[in-house]
Amino acid sequence: MAKQGKIKELKVSAIENGTVIDHIPAESVFQVIRILGLDKVSNQIMVGTNLDSRKYGKKGIIKVSKKFFEKEDLNKIALVAPIASIIVIKDYTVVYKENVEVPDFIDKIVKCINPNCITNNENIVTKFTVIDKEDLKLHCHYCEKITKKENISFK
Amino acid sequence: MKDKSLISITDITKEDYKIILDLAETFEKKPKQKILENYVMASLFFEPSTRTRLSFESAASQLGAKIVGFTDASSSSVKKGETLKDTIMMVSNYADIIVMRHPKEGSSRYASEVSSVPVLNAGDGSNQHPTQCLLDLYSIRKTQGTLDNLHVAFVGDLKYGRTVHSLVTALTNFNTTFHLVSPVELKLPSSVKRFIKEKNLNYYQYTELDEVIPKVDILYMTRIQQERFSDPLEYEKVKNSYVLRNSMLDDSKPNLRVLHPLPRVNEITEDVDSNPKAYYFTQALNGVYVRQALLALTLGVK
Repeated sequence: MAKQGKIKELKVSAIENGTVIDHIPAESVFQVIRILGLDKVSNQIMVGTNLDSRKYGKKGIIKVSKKFFEKEDLNKIALVAPIASIIVIKDYTVVYKENVEVPDFIDKIVKCINPNCITNNENIVTKFTVIDKEDLKLHCHYCEKITKKENISFK
Repeated sequence: MKDKSLISITDITKEDYKIILDLAETFEKKPKQKILENYVMASLFFEPSTRTRLSFESAASQLGAKIVGFTDASSSSVKKGETLKDTIMMVSNYADIIVMRHPKEGSSRYASEVSSVPVLNAGDGSNQHPTQCLLDLYSIRKTQGTLDNLHVAFVGDLKYGRTVHSLVTALTNFNTTFHLVSPVELKLPSSVKRFIKEKNLNYYQYTELDEVIPKVDILYMTRIQQERFSDPLEYEKVKNSYVLRNSMLDDSKPNLRVLHPLPRVNEITEDVDSNPKAYYFTQALNGVYVRQALLALTLGVK
């Protein structure tokens, strides 16, 4: 068993320094990349998706070399990857490991569900208060309408 | 409250309600006071609303303020494609306070963030219309002598009615018991009901109007609009179920008053108008005093 685990891990090569985001639902990998702005950085990034996970079935993993994120930014991915874990690597060694948490406030990344909201009609940064962390309900700072989990889409 | 924008009814604390309504009472006694002679009010109506605009402009004029602005977006630079941000930044150079009505929800909150002067929301789409709510509260307090512990019935379109959402939210500060009368399709949305639940207040839902009338102190009527129904047959079924006739008030409490944000269509028959319990026309007049109070408090002259 131990040996098999080792082989799996090597499907996405190890990084010397940087951040690993593990246990991403396979279908959310590309959204995580967008939310963290990884499509716009010059760091080396390794992405694996549809990997077998004993716990979760299919999972995705992202390894970003030489990049360390603010906790605030990482928590935003909880919207699409609520069970993701964050692993900080220095000299090939895990120095820190933590699960993401849904934040109290979310700005920029989410689109308001209300087509008549001013943020969907002018170039305005969206702001939401998370009023229900388990069921994911976001209260728009501008139009005061609620965007529910199933309606969340990204800017 | 000096320099503070008023965007949403949730911006107002319980203490603020008292300050605003008490000051409005002094304006009711003496509406013409030249206390705003050195001030300019910008009246920005990105969509027409004659009733609200005239009420604000009358309030400001009676206090001596100068008024600049436009009455619908087609006569402003918005038509040329100017963004809301640019319009507000430009206008805030010319005025001491901005009153705005806009068809998009959240526009007033955004304007208050880019403006260098305070903004009073005169309606942002279907979202908020706090001055309407304050004049409703003023009317309730004036006719009942208090805002506390009342039984209030809301009748008609509780789903889309902006004034209903704001007033329900505001009344949750005053231990109100809510009686919600509407067709099933137009029930009060959970986003508003959560304020009632948070305060553990009692609320009852009905689909028939008759049984509610004897129980309540305030009967708040609203219009049911045909366009809210996807099926025209459904509208035909309910359109006459929420009409108030004079005879229906026979068993009502002596202190009951009937309110309506106006315009009314057929949901209150004309024979109600002469009943002393009909209060909807005085209610509209109260809007002037409440808006005078808000102008004076926000500009810091009271």
